[in-house]
Amino acid sequence: MAISREDVIYVAGLARLELNEQEIQDYTQQLNSILDYAAMLEHLDTEGVVPTAHAVPLHNVLREDEVKPSISHDKTLRNAPDAEEGFFRVPRISLT
Amino acid sequence: MVVADRYEMVCGLEVHVELQTKTKIFCGCTTEFGGEQNTHVCPVCLGMPGTLPVLNREVVNYAIRAGLALNCEIADFSKFDRKNYYYPDLTKNYQTSQFDLPICKNGGLEIEVDGVKKWIGITRAHMEEDAGKLVHSGETITTSDASSVDYNRAGVPLLEIVSEPDLRSIPEVLAYLEQLVQILEYTGVSDCRMEQGSIRFDVNVSLRPIGSEAFGTRTETKNLNSFSSVRRCMEYEVARQARALDDGEEVIQETRTWDEGRGITLALRSKEEAHDYRYFPEPDLVPIVIDRQWVEEIRKTLPELPRERRNRLQELGLSAYDAAVVTQTKAMADYFDQGLAQGAEAKSLANWVMGDLTRLLNSNQCQIVDSPVSAQQLVELIKLIDKGTLSGKIAKSVLEEMYASGKDAEQIVKEKGLAQISDEGALQGIIDGVIAANPQSVEDYHAGKERAIGFLVGQIMKATKGQANPGLVNQLLKKKLSD
Repeated sequence: MAISREDVIYVAGLARLELNEQEIQDYTQQLNSILDYAAMLEHLDTEGVVPTAHAVPLHNVLREDEVKPSISHDKTLRNAPDAEEGFFRVPRISLT
Repeated sequence: MVVADRYEMVCGLEVHVELQTKTKIFCGCTTEFGGEQNTHVCPVCLGMPGTLPVLNREVVNYAIRAGLALNCEIADFSKFDRKNYYYPDLTKNYQTSQFDLPICKNGGLEIEVDGVKKWIGITRAHMEEDAGKLVHSGETITTSDASSVDYNRAGVPLLEIVSEPDLRSIPEVLAYLEQLVQILEYTGVSDCRMEQGSIRFDVNVSLRPIGSEAFGTRTETKNLNSFSSVRRCMEYEVARQARALDDGEEVIQETRTWDEGRGITLALRSKEEAHDYRYFPEPDLVPIVIDRQWVEEIRKTLPELPRERRNRLQELGLSAYDAAVVTQTKAMADYFDQGLAQGAEAKSLANWVMGDLTRLLNSNQCQIVDSPVSAQQLVELIKLIDKGTLSGKIAKSVLEEMYASGKDAEQIVKEKGLAQISDEGALQGIIDGVIAANPQSVEDYHAGKERAIGFLVGQIMKATKGQANPGLVNQLLKKKLSD
Protein backbone atom coordinates (compact mmCIF):
# COMPACT_ATOMS: atom_id res chain seq x y z
CA MET A 1 0.00 0.00 0.00
CA ALA A 2 1.58 3.24 -1.17
CA ILE A 3 -0.80 5.39 0.87
CA SER A 4 -1.11 4.78 4.58
CA ARG A 5 -4.01 5.81 6.77
CA GLU A 6 -1.66 8.43 8.32
CA ASP A 7 -1.16 9.93 4.86
CA VAL A 8 -4.91 10.24 4.42
CA ILE A 9 -5.36 11.91 7.80
CA TYR A 10 -2.49 14.28 7.05
CA VAL A 11 -3.76 15.28 3.60
CA ALA A 12 -7.28 15.68 4.95
CA GLY A 13 -5.85 18.03 7.56
CA LEU A 14 -4.15 20.12 4.91
CA ALA A 15 -7.40 20.28 2.97
CA ARG A 16 -9.34 21.19 6.14
CA LEU A 17 -11.50 18.05 5.82
CA GLU A 18 -12.89 16.26 8.82
CA LEU A 19 -13.10 12.52 8.11
CA ASN A 20 -14.77 9.78 10.16
CA GLU A 21 -13.22 6.35 10.62
CA GLN A 22 -15.18 4.81 7.73
CA GLU A 23 -14.15 7.62 5.38
CA ILE A 24 -10.51 7.25 6.37
CA GLN A 25 -10.63 3.58 5.47
CA ASP A 26 -12.54 4.18 2.24
CA TYR A 27 -10.23 6.93 1.04
CA THR A 28 -7.11 4.96 1.93
CA GLN A 29 -8.34 2.13 -0.25
CA GLN A 30 -9.58 4.36 -3.08
CA LEU A 31 -6.43 6.48 -3.24
CA ASN A 32 -4.34 3.32 -3.36
CA SER A 33 -6.32 1.84 -6.23
CA ILE A 34 -5.96 5.12 -8.15
CA LEU A 35 -2.20 5.07 -7.61
CA ASP A 36 -2.01 1.39 -8.55
CA TYR A 37 -3.79 2.16 -11.79
CA ALA A 38 -1.45 5.06 -12.56
CA ALA A 39 1.51 2.83 -11.74
CA MET A 40 0.91 1.05 -15.07
CA LEU A 41 2.76 4.01 -16.65
CA GLU A 42 5.92 2.89 -14.92
CA HIS A 43 6.06 -0.13 -17.24
CA LEU A 44 6.45 2.12 -20.26
CA ASP A 45 9.84 2.99 -21.64
CA THR A 46 10.14 6.78 -21.21
CA GLU A 47 13.84 6.97 -22.02
CA GLY A 48 14.50 10.25 -23.83
CA VAL A 49 10.95 11.57 -23.38
CA VAL A 50 10.82 15.15 -22.09
CA PRO A 51 8.65 15.49 -18.96
CA THR A 52 5.20 16.78 -19.88
CA ALA A 53 4.47 20.25 -18.51
CA HIS A 54 1.06 20.49 -20.07
CA ALA A 55 -1.35 18.13 -21.78
CA VAL A 56 -2.20 20.58 -24.57
CA PRO A 57 0.54 21.17 -27.17
CA LEU A 58 0.28 24.97 -27.03
CA HIS A 59 2.51 27.67 -25.61
CA ASN A 60 2.59 31.45 -25.20
CA VAL A 61 -1.10 32.17 -25.05
CA LEU A 62 -0.82 35.79 -23.99
CA ARG A 63 -2.98 38.88 -23.76
CA GLU A 64 -2.02 42.53 -24.20
CA ASP A 65 -1.76 44.74 -21.13
CA GLU A 66 -5.03 46.60 -21.69
CA VAL A 67 -7.43 47.51 -18.92
CA LYS A 68 -10.89 45.95 -19.21
CA PRO A 69 -13.80 47.07 -17.06
CA SER A 70 -14.16 45.27 -13.75
CA ILE A 71 -17.59 44.03 -12.70
CA SER A 72 -20.00 45.98 -10.55
CA HIS A 73 -19.71 45.94 -6.81
CA ASP A 74 -23.16 44.56 -6.62
CA LYS A 75 -22.36 41.56 -8.83
CA THR A 76 -19.08 40.98 -7.05
CA LEU A 77 -20.75 40.46 -3.71
CA ARG A 78 -23.88 38.71 -4.98
CA ASN A 79 -22.49 35.23 -4.27
CA ALA A 80 -20.79 36.16 -1.03
CA PRO A 81 -22.18 34.22 1.96
CA ASP A 82 -21.59 37.36 3.99
CA ALA A 83 -20.53 40.89 3.14
CA GLU A 84 -20.17 44.20 4.92
CA GLU A 85 -19.35 47.67 3.65
CA GLY A 86 -18.18 46.31 0.32
CA PHE A 87 -15.92 43.69 1.88
CA PHE A 88 -16.32 39.93 1.77
CA ARG A 89 -16.76 38.77 5.32
CA VAL A 90 -15.17 35.50 6.35
CA PRO A 91 -14.68 33.65 9.62
CA ARG A 92 -11.53 34.82 11.29
CA ILE A 93 -8.63 32.48 10.70
CA SER A 94 -5.86 33.08 13.14
CA LEU A 95 -2.35 32.25 12.14
CA THR A 96 -0.84 33.24 15.45
CA MET B 1 23.25 42.04 22.52
CA VAL B 2 26.62 41.34 20.95
CA VAL B 3 26.62 37.97 19.26
CA ALA B 4 29.35 38.46 16.67
CA ASP B 5 31.96 37.07 19.06
CA ARG B 6 30.41 33.60 19.00
CA TYR B 7 27.87 33.30 16.16
CA GLU B 8 27.84 34.03 12.47
CA MET B 9 24.59 35.09 10.88
CA VAL B 10 23.44 33.44 7.66
CA CYS B 11 20.66 35.19 5.78
CA GLY B 12 18.78 34.76 2.52
CA LEU B 13 15.99 37.02 1.29
CA GLU B 14 12.83 36.65 -0.71
CA VAL B 15 11.71 39.92 -2.22
CA HIS B 16 8.26 40.31 -3.72
CA VAL B 17 8.08 43.17 -6.14
CA GLU B 18 4.94 44.42 -7.82
CA LEU B 19 5.45 44.76 -11.57
CA GLN B 20 4.58 48.04 -13.25
CA THR B 21 1.82 46.70 -15.52
CA LYS B 22 -1.50 48.43 -16.11
CA THR B 23 -3.50 45.25 -15.59
CA LYS B 24 -3.40 42.16 -13.41
CA ILE B 25 -1.43 39.08 -14.34
CA PHE B 26 -4.31 36.92 -15.59
CA CYS B 27 -7.18 39.35 -16.28
CA GLY B 28 -7.81 42.90 -17.49
CA CYS B 29 -8.61 44.44 -14.09
CA THR B 30 -6.58 47.54 -13.26
CA THR B 31 -3.61 47.31 -10.89
CA GLU B 32 -4.11 50.88 -9.72
CA PHE B 33 -3.40 51.32 -6.03
CA GLY B 34 -6.27 52.22 -3.75
CA GLY B 35 -9.77 52.25 -5.11
CA GLU B 36 -12.86 51.30 -3.17
CA GLN B 37 -12.70 47.72 -1.84
CA ASN B 38 -13.59 44.96 -4.29
CA THR B 39 -14.03 47.27 -7.27
CA HIS B 40 -10.92 46.15 -9.21
CA VAL B 41 -12.15 42.59 -9.56
CA CYS B 42 -13.74 40.30 -12.13
CA PRO B 43 -14.78 36.63 -12.30
CA VAL B 44 -11.19 35.58 -13.12
CA CYS B 45 -9.42 37.21 -10.16
CA LEU B 46 -12.34 36.33 -7.90
CA GLY B 47 -11.70 32.69 -8.81
CA MET B 48 -15.21 32.00 -10.08
CA PRO B 49 -15.70 28.45 -11.33
CA GLY B 50 -15.45 28.11 -15.10
CA THR B 51 -13.24 31.13 -15.67
CA LEU B 52 -9.85 30.85 -17.32
CA PRO B 53 -6.75 32.96 -16.71
CA VAL B 54 -4.78 34.40 -19.65
CA LEU B 55 -1.23 35.56 -19.01
CA ASN B 56 -0.40 39.25 -19.49
CA ARG B 57 2.44 39.56 -22.04
CA GLU B 58 3.85 42.59 -20.24
CA VAL B 59 4.40 40.52 -17.07
CA VAL B 60 6.71 38.23 -19.04
CA ASN B 61 8.49 41.25 -20.54
CA TYR B 62 9.10 42.79 -17.11
CA ALA B 63 10.23 39.48 -15.65
CA ILE B 64 12.77 39.05 -18.47
CA ARG B 65 13.89 42.65 -18.01
CA ALA B 66 14.43 42.23 -14.27
CA GLY B 67 16.15 38.89 -14.85
CA LEU B 68 18.63 40.41 -17.30
CA ALA B 69 19.38 43.34 -15.00
CA LEU B 70 20.01 40.85 -12.18
CA ASN B 71 22.40 38.79 -14.30
CA CYS B 72 20.03 35.82 -14.48
CA GLU B 73 19.64 33.14 -17.12
CA ILE B 74 16.27 33.48 -18.82
CA ALA B 75 14.58 30.09 -19.16
CA ASP B 76 13.76 28.88 -22.68
CA PHE B 77 10.84 27.00 -21.20
CA SER B 78 8.87 28.07 -18.17
CA LYS B 79 5.49 27.18 -16.65
CA PHE B 80 3.07 28.01 -13.87
CA ASP B 81 2.11 25.82 -10.92
CA ARG B 82 -0.54 25.86 -8.25
CA LYS B 83 0.60 26.47 -4.71
CA ASN B 84 -2.13 25.16 -2.45
CA TYR B 85 -2.96 26.63 0.91
CA TYR B 86 -6.12 27.55 2.76
CA TYR B 87 -6.39 31.14 3.76
CA PRO B 88 -9.05 33.62 2.69
CA ASP B 89 -6.57 36.02 1.10
CA LEU B 90 -6.80 33.67 -1.89
CA THR B 91 -9.99 33.33 -3.87
CA LYS B 92 -9.16 29.89 -5.26
CA ASN B 93 -7.44 28.16 -2.35
CA TYR B 94 -4.28 28.16 -4.40
CA GLN B 95 -1.90 30.80 -5.59
CA THR B 96 -0.81 30.64 -9.21
CA SER B 97 2.97 30.74 -9.01
CA GLN B 98 6.00 29.02 -10.51
CA PHE B 99 7.66 26.05 -8.86
CA ASP B 100 10.31 24.01 -10.64
CA LEU B 101 10.65 25.96 -13.88
CA PRO B 102 10.94 29.66 -12.93
CA ILE B 103 11.46 32.26 -15.65
CA CYS B 104 14.81 33.50 -14.23
CA LYS B 105 17.59 31.69 -12.36
CA ASN B 106 21.28 31.75 -11.43
CA GLY B 107 21.82 35.50 -11.21
CA GLY B 108 23.26 37.84 -8.64
CA LEU B 109 24.45 41.32 -7.87
CA GLU B 110 27.47 42.96 -6.30
CA ILE B 111 27.30 44.76 -3.00
CA GLU B 112 29.90 46.84 -1.21
CA VAL B 113 30.12 47.19 2.57
CA ASP B 114 32.96 49.16 4.20
CA GLY B 115 34.87 49.12 0.94
CA VAL B 116 34.65 45.32 0.56
CA LYS B 117 32.93 44.07 -2.58
CA LYS B 118 30.93 40.86 -2.49
CA TRP B 119 28.79 38.94 -4.94
CA ILE B 120 25.36 37.90 -3.67
CA GLY B 121 23.78 35.09 -5.65
CA ILE B 122 20.19 35.16 -6.82
CA THR B 123 18.83 31.64 -6.98
CA ARG B 124 15.74 32.42 -8.98
CA ALA B 125 13.03 34.93 -9.80
CA HIS B 126 9.54 33.77 -10.64
CA MET B 127 6.20 35.24 -11.65
CA GLU B 128 3.14 34.90 -9.43
CA GLU B 129 -0.09 36.59 -8.45
CA ASP B 130 -0.54 38.70 -5.35
CA ALA B 131 -3.19 37.79 -2.78
CA GLY B 132 -6.06 39.87 -1.41
CA LYS B 133 -5.95 41.97 1.72
CA LEU B 134 -7.52 40.93 5.00
CA VAL B 135 -8.81 43.54 7.40
CA HIS B 136 -9.49 42.27 10.89
CA SER B 137 -12.33 43.94 12.68
CA GLY B 138 -12.96 43.92 16.40
CA GLU B 139 -10.82 45.21 19.21
CA THR B 140 -7.72 43.20 18.35
CA ILE B 141 -6.85 40.55 15.84
CA THR B 142 -7.56 37.81 18.36
CA THR B 143 -10.88 39.04 19.72
CA SER B 144 -12.64 39.62 16.41
CA ASP B 145 -14.63 36.71 15.08
CA ALA B 146 -14.61 37.73 11.44
CA SER B 147 -12.30 39.20 8.83
CA SER B 148 -13.11 41.50 5.93
CA VAL B 149 -11.50 40.80 2.59
CA ASP B 150 -10.66 43.14 -0.26
CA TYR B 151 -9.56 41.39 -3.46
CA ASN B 152 -8.44 44.49 -5.38
CA ARG B 153 -4.86 43.32 -4.97
CA ALA B 154 -5.58 39.67 -5.80
CA GLY B 155 -3.99 38.90 -9.15
CA VAL B 156 -1.64 41.89 -9.22
CA PRO B 157 1.56 40.59 -10.84
CA LEU B 158 4.57 39.97 -8.64
CA LEU B 159 8.11 38.87 -9.26
CA GLU B 160 9.53 36.93 -6.33
CA ILE B 161 13.31 37.28 -6.23
CA VAL B 162 15.06 34.69 -4.08
CA SER B 163 18.65 35.20 -2.98
CA GLU B 164 21.20 32.57 -2.03
CA PRO B 165 21.97 32.40 1.70
CA ASP B 166 25.07 34.50 1.00
CA LEU B 167 24.44 37.37 3.40
CA ARG B 168 26.46 37.43 6.62
CA SER B 169 25.55 40.68 8.37
CA ILE B 170 22.75 43.21 8.63
CA PRO B 171 24.75 45.85 6.69
CA GLU B 172 25.18 43.27 3.90
CA VAL B 173 21.44 42.62 3.89
CA LEU B 174 20.65 46.33 3.67
CA ALA B 175 23.25 46.87 0.94
CA TYR B 176 21.76 43.99 -1.07
CA LEU B 177 18.24 45.39 -0.70
CA GLU B 178 19.35 48.90 -1.66
CA GLN B 179 21.09 47.59 -4.77
CA LEU B 180 18.15 45.42 -5.71
CA VAL B 181 15.56 48.15 -5.31
CA GLN B 182 17.79 50.56 -7.21
CA ILE B 183 18.12 48.14 -10.15
CA LEU B 184 14.36 47.54 -10.21
CA GLU B 185 13.74 51.28 -10.15
CA TYR B 186 16.33 51.97 -12.90
CA THR B 187 14.87 49.35 -15.20
CA GLY B 188 11.32 50.58 -14.59
CA VAL B 189 10.23 47.07 -13.59
CA SER B 190 8.52 48.45 -10.50
CA ASP B 191 7.69 51.84 -9.03
CA CYS B 192 9.25 50.47 -5.80
CA ARG B 193 6.83 52.42 -3.61
CA MET B 194 7.25 50.68 -0.31
CA GLU B 195 4.57 52.74 1.43
CA GLN B 196 2.06 51.27 -1.04
CA GLY B 197 3.36 47.76 -0.55
CA SER B 198 4.98 47.57 -4.00
CA ILE B 199 7.91 45.73 -2.44
CA ARG B 200 7.76 43.29 0.46
CA PHE B 201 10.51 41.29 2.07
CA ASP B 202 10.71 37.82 3.66
CA VAL B 203 13.83 37.33 5.74
CA ASN B 204 15.39 33.91 6.42
CA VAL B 205 17.87 34.00 9.28
CA SER B 206 19.91 31.42 11.13
CA LEU B 207 22.97 31.50 13.36
CA ARG B 208 25.87 29.10 13.49
CA PRO B 209 28.84 28.99 15.83
CA ILE B 210 31.80 30.83 14.32
CA GLY B 211 33.93 28.41 12.35
CA SER B 212 31.08 25.97 11.81
CA GLU B 213 30.31 24.95 8.23
CA ALA B 214 26.81 23.58 8.72
CA PHE B 215 23.87 26.00 8.67
CA GLY B 216 21.86 26.40 11.85
CA THR B 217 18.07 26.13 11.98
CA ARG B 218 16.46 29.11 10.31
CA THR B 219 13.30 31.08 10.81
CA GLU B 220 11.47 32.99 8.11
CA THR B 221 9.89 36.33 8.98
CA LYS B 222 7.36 37.33 6.36
CA ASN B 223 5.94 40.48 4.89
CA LEU B 224 8.26 43.25 6.01
CA ASN B 225 7.64 46.41 4.05
CA SER B 226 10.51 48.79 4.73
CA PHE B 227 14.27 48.72 5.12
CA SER B 228 13.97 49.88 8.71
CA SER B 229 11.58 47.01 9.54
CA VAL B 230 14.05 44.57 7.97
CA ARG B 231 16.88 45.97 10.07
CA ARG B 232 14.93 45.99 13.34
CA CYS B 233 13.44 42.57 12.70
CA MET B 234 16.86 41.08 12.03
CA GLU B 235 18.40 42.68 15.11
CA TYR B 236 15.60 41.17 17.17
CA GLU B 237 15.71 37.75 15.54
CA VAL B 238 19.50 37.43 15.78
CA ALA B 239 19.40 38.31 19.47
CA ARG B 240 16.47 35.93 20.10
CA GLN B 241 18.17 33.00 18.39
CA ALA B 242 21.50 33.72 20.09
CA ARG B 243 19.81 33.69 23.48
CA ALA B 244 18.17 30.35 22.71
CA LEU B 245 21.45 28.84 21.53
CA ASP B 246 23.32 30.24 24.54
CA ASP B 247 20.78 28.55 26.78
CA GLY B 248 21.18 25.27 24.96
CA GLU B 249 17.69 25.45 23.47
CA GLU B 250 16.81 24.53 19.93
CA VAL B 251 15.74 27.14 17.43
CA ILE B 252 12.48 25.95 15.89
CA GLN B 253 12.17 26.09 12.12
CA GLU B 254 9.08 28.20 11.66
CA THR B 255 7.43 31.14 9.95
CA ARG B 256 7.27 34.26 12.05
CA THR B 257 5.60 37.63 11.76
CA TRP B 258 6.99 41.04 12.63
CA ASP B 259 5.03 43.14 15.09
CA GLU B 260 6.07 46.66 14.13
CA GLY B 261 4.47 48.31 17.15
CA ARG B 262 6.10 46.07 19.71
CA GLY B 263 9.32 45.56 17.77
CA ILE B 264 9.28 41.77 18.13
CA THR B 265 8.75 38.69 15.96
CA LEU B 266 6.04 36.14 16.76
CA ALA B 267 5.67 32.51 15.69
CA LEU B 268 3.03 32.07 12.99
CA ARG B 269 3.05 28.38 12.18
CA SER B 270 5.47 25.53 12.02
CA LYS B 271 7.29 25.27 8.74
CA GLU B 272 6.61 21.58 8.34
CA GLU B 273 2.91 21.85 7.78
CA ALA B 274 2.67 25.29 6.27
CA HIS B 275 5.17 24.47 3.57
CA ASP B 276 3.42 21.41 2.30
CA TYR B 277 1.96 23.37 -0.58
CA ARG B 278 1.39 20.31 -2.80
CA TYR B 279 2.49 22.15 -5.92
CA PHE B 280 1.29 20.78 -9.22
CA PRO B 281 1.39 22.15 -12.78
CA GLU B 282 -1.33 24.71 -13.50
CA PRO B 283 -3.55 23.06 -16.12
CA ASP B 284 -5.33 26.33 -16.97
CA LEU B 285 -2.19 28.03 -18.32
CA VAL B 286 0.03 26.80 -21.11
CA PRO B 287 3.84 26.95 -20.88
CA ILE B 288 5.93 29.94 -21.90
CA VAL B 289 8.61 29.47 -24.52
CA ILE B 290 11.09 32.34 -24.77
CA ASP B 291 13.42 32.46 -27.75
CA ARG B 292 16.74 34.32 -27.85
CA GLN B 293 15.30 37.02 -30.09
CA TRP B 294 12.72 37.97 -27.47
CA VAL B 295 15.42 38.19 -24.81
CA GLU B 296 17.78 40.21 -27.01
CA GLU B 297 15.06 42.69 -27.92
CA ILE B 298 14.52 43.39 -24.23
CA ARG B 299 18.24 43.50 -23.50
CA LYS B 300 18.58 46.30 -26.07
CA THR B 301 16.17 48.49 -24.11
CA LEU B 302 17.94 48.14 -20.75
CA PRO B 303 19.32 51.42 -19.42
CA GLU B 304 22.84 51.79 -18.08
CA LEU B 305 22.58 50.17 -14.64
CA PRO B 306 23.57 51.82 -11.34
CA ARG B 307 26.86 49.97 -10.94
CA GLU B 308 28.04 50.85 -14.48
CA ARG B 309 27.02 54.44 -13.92
CA ARG B 310 28.90 54.70 -10.65
CA ASN B 311 32.02 53.30 -12.27
CA ARG B 312 31.77 55.70 -15.19
CA LEU B 313 31.36 58.70 -12.87
CA GLN B 314 34.29 57.61 -10.74
CA GLU B 315 36.41 57.52 -13.88
CA LEU B 316 35.40 61.15 -14.40
CA GLY B 317 36.91 61.98 -11.02
CA LEU B 318 34.00 61.63 -8.57
CA SER B 319 34.62 59.93 -5.25
CA ALA B 320 32.85 56.62 -4.63
CA TYR B 321 30.55 58.43 -2.22
CA ASP B 322 29.62 61.23 -4.64
CA ALA B 323 29.08 58.72 -7.46
CA ALA B 324 26.75 56.72 -5.23
CA VAL B 325 24.73 59.79 -4.19
CA VAL B 326 24.16 61.17 -7.70
CA THR B 327 23.14 57.74 -8.99
CA GLN B 328 20.81 57.04 -6.07
CA THR B 329 17.77 57.32 -8.32
CA LYS B 330 17.63 57.04 -12.08
CA ALA B 331 16.03 60.48 -12.25
CA MET B 332 18.97 62.09 -10.47
CA ALA B 333 21.50 60.13 -12.51
CA ASP B 334 19.78 61.21 -15.72
CA TYR B 335 19.79 64.84 -14.55
CA PHE B 336 23.47 64.53 -13.80
CA ASP B 337 24.19 63.06 -17.23
CA GLN B 338 22.29 65.91 -18.88
CA GLY B 339 24.53 68.30 -16.98
CA LEU B 340 27.66 66.49 -18.13
CA ALA B 341 26.38 66.63 -21.70
CA GLN B 342 26.18 70.43 -21.34
CA GLY B 343 29.91 70.45 -20.68
CA ALA B 344 29.95 70.70 -16.87
CA GLU B 345 32.93 69.45 -14.92
CA ALA B 346 31.85 66.37 -12.95
CA LYS B 347 33.03 67.38 -9.49
CA SER B 348 31.58 70.88 -9.41
CA LEU B 349 28.34 69.61 -10.97
CA ALA B 350 28.13 66.93 -8.27
CA ASN B 351 28.65 69.54 -5.55
CA TRP B 352 25.78 71.66 -6.85
CA VAL B 353 23.42 68.74 -7.46
CA MET B 354 24.11 67.06 -4.11
CA GLY B 355 24.27 70.31 -2.18
CA ASP B 356 22.22 73.36 -3.01
CA LEU B 357 19.90 71.81 -5.59
CA THR B 358 19.00 68.84 -3.39
CA ARG B 359 18.46 71.17 -0.44
CA LEU B 360 16.06 73.33 -2.46
CA LEU B 361 14.23 70.28 -3.82
CA ASN B 362 13.90 68.75 -0.37
CA SER B 363 12.66 71.90 1.30
CA ASN B 364 10.03 72.25 -1.43
CA GLN B 365 9.24 68.51 -1.38
CA CYS B 366 9.98 68.39 -5.06
CA GLN B 367 11.32 65.45 -7.09
CA ILE B 368 14.31 66.10 -9.31
CA VAL B 369 12.30 65.27 -12.46
CA ASP B 370 10.10 68.24 -11.60
CA SER B 371 13.00 70.56 -10.78
CA PRO B 372 12.24 74.14 -11.87
CA VAL B 373 15.97 74.49 -12.61
CA SER B 374 16.93 72.30 -15.54
CA ALA B 375 20.31 70.62 -15.77
CA GLN B 376 21.18 73.00 -18.60
CA GLN B 377 20.30 76.04 -16.49
CA LEU B 378 22.36 74.74 -13.59
CA VAL B 379 25.36 74.21 -15.84
CA GLU B 380 25.04 77.78 -17.17
CA LEU B 381 25.19 79.00 -13.58
CA ILE B 382 28.30 76.95 -12.91
CA LYS B 383 29.92 78.35 -16.04
CA LEU B 384 29.34 81.89 -14.78
CA ILE B 385 31.35 80.99 -11.68
CA ASP B 386 34.09 79.38 -13.76
CA LYS B 387 34.32 82.52 -15.90
CA GLY B 388 34.64 84.67 -12.79
CA THR B 389 31.36 86.48 -13.47
CA LEU B 390 29.86 85.24 -10.20
CA SER B 391 31.36 84.41 -6.85
CA GLY B 392 30.41 81.00 -5.41
CA LYS B 393 28.58 82.68 -2.59
CA ILE B 394 26.43 84.90 -4.78
CA ALA B 395 25.80 81.97 -7.10
CA LYS B 396 23.98 80.24 -4.25
CA SER B 397 21.49 83.06 -3.97
CA VAL B 398 21.18 83.18 -7.77
CA LEU B 399 20.25 79.49 -7.73
CA GLU B 400 17.54 80.20 -5.18
CA GLU B 401 16.21 82.93 -7.41
CA MET B 402 16.35 80.60 -10.41
CA TYR B 403 14.48 77.96 -8.45
CA ALA B 404 11.77 80.42 -7.44
CA SER B 405 11.36 82.16 -10.80
CA GLY B 406 12.50 79.60 -13.37
CA LYS B 407 14.66 82.34 -14.95
CA ASP B 408 18.14 81.74 -16.36
CA ALA B 409 21.17 82.64 -14.27
CA GLU B 410 22.42 85.21 -16.76
CA GLN B 411 19.13 87.06 -16.75
CA ILE B 412 19.05 87.25 -12.96
CA VAL B 413 22.65 88.44 -12.80
CA LYS B 414 21.87 91.16 -15.35
CA GLU B 415 18.61 92.27 -13.71
CA LYS B 416 20.05 92.44 -10.23
CA GLY B 417 23.53 93.67 -11.16
CA LEU B 418 25.13 90.75 -9.36
CA ALA B 419 28.08 90.28 -11.66
CA GLN B 420 31.34 89.92 -9.82
CA ILE B 421 33.63 92.92 -10.04
CA SER B 422 36.72 91.66 -11.77
CA ASP B 423 37.65 94.96 -13.27
CA GLU B 424 41.01 96.00 -11.78
CA GLY B 425 40.39 99.68 -12.33
CA ALA B 426 37.08 99.62 -10.45
CA LEU B 427 38.53 97.60 -7.58
CA GLN B 428 41.63 99.76 -7.32
CA GLY B 429 39.61 102.80 -6.33
CA ILE B 430 37.71 100.90 -3.65
CA ILE B 431 40.93 99.38 -2.29
CA ASP B 432 42.53 102.82 -2.06
CA GLY B 433 39.51 104.10 -0.15
CA VAL B 434 39.56 101.20 2.35
CA ILE B 435 43.32 101.57 2.92
CA ALA B 436 42.92 105.30 3.55
CA ALA B 437 40.08 104.71 6.02
CA ASN B 438 41.91 102.02 8.04
CA PRO B 439 45.46 103.21 8.76
CA GLN B 440 45.68 101.11 11.93
CA SER B 441 45.14 97.85 10.04
CA VAL B 442 47.67 98.84 7.45
CA GLU B 443 50.16 99.54 10.19
CA ASP B 444 49.39 96.18 11.87
CA TYR B 445 49.96 94.40 8.59
CA HIS B 446 53.32 96.05 8.13
CA ALA B 447 54.17 95.12 11.71
CA GLY B 448 53.79 91.48 10.72
CA LYS B 449 50.19 90.83 11.71
CA GLU B 450 49.12 88.80 8.67
CA ARG B 451 45.58 88.63 9.98
CA ALA B 452 45.05 92.33 9.44
CA ILE B 453 44.74 91.70 5.72
CA GLY B 454 41.63 89.62 6.33
CA PHE B 455 39.95 92.61 7.93
CA LEU B 456 40.80 94.79 4.96
CA VAL B 457 39.50 92.21 2.48
CA GLY B 458 36.31 92.03 4.49
CA GLN B 459 35.89 95.81 4.28
CA ILE B 460 36.39 95.73 0.51
CA MET B 461 33.85 92.90 0.11
CA LYS B 462 31.43 94.89 2.24
CA ALA B 463 31.94 97.99 0.13
CA THR B 464 31.16 95.97 -3.00
CA LYS B 465 28.20 94.10 -1.48
CA GLY B 466 30.17 90.87 -1.84
CA GLN B 467 30.55 91.27 -5.56
CA ALA B 468 34.30 91.82 -5.72
CA ASN B 469 36.31 88.90 -7.05
CA PRO B 470 37.98 87.74 -3.81
CA GLY B 471 41.06 86.30 -5.50
CA LEU B 472 41.67 89.51 -7.37
CA VAL B 473 41.06 91.62 -4.26
CA ASN B 474 43.68 89.67 -2.34
CA GLN B 475 46.18 89.99 -5.12
CA LEU B 476 45.66 93.72 -5.66
CA LEU B 477 45.60 94.50 -1.95
CA LYS B 478 48.87 92.70 -1.24
CA LYS B 479 50.51 94.44 -4.14
CA LYS B 480 49.29 97.81 -2.93
CA LEU B 481 50.41 97.23 0.66
CA SER B 482 53.89 96.16 -0.39
CA ASP B 483 54.38 99.18 -2.60
